[in-house]
Amino acid sequence: MSQVRVLVGTKKGAFLLTADGKRRQWEVQGPLFNGWEIYHLKGSPADPNRLYASQTSGWFGQIIQRSDDGGRTWFTPGGEKLPDPYSPPAGTSNRFVYDTSPETGRPLTTHQWYDGTQHPWEFKRVWHLEPSLDDPDTVYAGVEDAALFRSTDGGRSWQELAGLRGHETGAQWQPGAGGLCLHTILLVPGNPERLFVAISAAGVFRSDDGGRSWKPINRGLKSNFLPDPDAAVGHCVHRIALHPARPNVLFMQKHWDVMRSDDAGESWREVSGNLPSDFGFPIAVHAHEPETIYVVPIHSDAEHYPPEGRLRVYRSRIGGGEWEPLTNGLPQRHCYVNVLRGAMAVDRLDPCGVYFGTTGGQVYASADAGSSWQAIAEHLPAVLSVEVQTLP
Amino acid sequence: MIRVVLPHPLRRLARLGPEVELECCEPVTLRAVLDVLEARYPVLSGTIRDHVTGQRRPFLRIFAGEEDLSHLSPDAPLPTAVATGAEPLLIVGAIAGG
Repeated sequence: MSQVRVLVGTKKGAFLLTADGKRRQWEVQGPLFNGWEIYHLKGSPADPNRLYASQTSGWFGQIIQRSDDGGRTWFTPGGEKLPDPYSPPAGTSNRFVYDTSPETGRPLTTHQWYDGTQHPWEFKRVWHLEPSLDDPDTVYAGVEDAALFRSTDGGRSWQELAGLRGHETGAQWQPGAGGLCLHTILLVPGNPERLFVAISAAGVFRSDDGGRSWKPINRGLKSNFLPDPDAAVGHCVHRIALHPARPNVLFMQKHWDVMRSDDAGESWREVSGNLPSDFGFPIAVHAHEPETIYVVPIHSDAEHYPPEGRLRVYRSRIGGGEWEPLTNGLPQRHCYVNVLRGAMAVDRLDPCGVYFGTTGGQVYASADAGSSWQAIAEHLPAVLSVEVQTLP
Repeated sequence: MIRVVLPHPLRRLARLGPEVELECCEPVTLRAVLDVLEARYPVLSGTIRDHVTGQRRPFLRIFAGEEDLSHLSPDAPLPTAVATGAEPLLIVGAIAGG
């Protein structure tokens, strides 16, 4: 029978939630990496036992953790204790250094600061880890301040794909409330040269040459906080998602507005429709229905909680525009949690399972594509990220 | 022999006990101690001082007893009591919420 493993990153550690294919009884493992912020964990599609985790701290900086046994044991690749201090240097899996080399890098220029002045790029943390679709040792990292890194040795060392940070618009990128973060990386099955990334607050970028060069793809986005609401960059994109069978169709939850592109990001149109608020953070696509999408409306950018204190996932079965509230099993009064951008995911079972975590420490799961929900973990630290693995 | 006391999260990260003992060549400076510490326990690289700048991470402080060494040059000799192992070098996380 199939199994599901939910990887939960929180403000104070990681948790692994597992169940069989019925998804009724859940076992909770954790906390792992107690006390550290776990921005993201994700498993390799090519080897589900290979997991990567971003462990970070305002005190001690960035750590990359890896498991080769499905999360039972973890290690920092290249960070093993050395018996001899004069041994050759180990890998430095937490060394994220912007590439300023003349061969492959870009000068360390500046981006826009909150007050409009220019500010140098400074590495702070890894927001997102995206393992390659076909090689367990290749993994991409989206970092703050916004840049894209890649490891091809299982996380022992990282090299920046500097064409992104070096894009000519870089001086116009600015941090959102969470920092200038590259928070989403989408890989495209069957097209290893194509990558999408999303940055707050810069927008969406696409590469068609394996990450060497990048194009901003933000036409159709409107952001009223910008002097030019239709600017090429500067948009606070909260999340993008695609269905692997239709990789030219992108869905976006922006700071305000839910958007859709049918041409790989060349143009966008709004599909917020009848949502009670089009502010929110995550967006996800059903595993088997490419036009079925999920969002969690949040009251506003100042009031990060569900409208009317009612936690509702909204589902559209026609790719946006018309939405239905999903409330069965979710708190419908006095609920003032948020659902962050990385905290929603789907499994690949039939019916499709949908999962999300809240800043109140609940993880909710639906085993029927969103029609009903149960809390599969409660009272955790604030949930930063949720990913799901569907195991044989 | 130099004795170093690390913040609890770093002890757990490197799977260490309350104190680490390190052999360090003369002159015993903060830079020399951290070089040996990071070489011995690579997982600590980047956690006490920045990978690129080599600067102490801003929410960490360095003490010898009650003497604050946080703003001492990393190449200045450490107090004799630390250099001889009579007192540990304390690496302390700031009380800054969390």
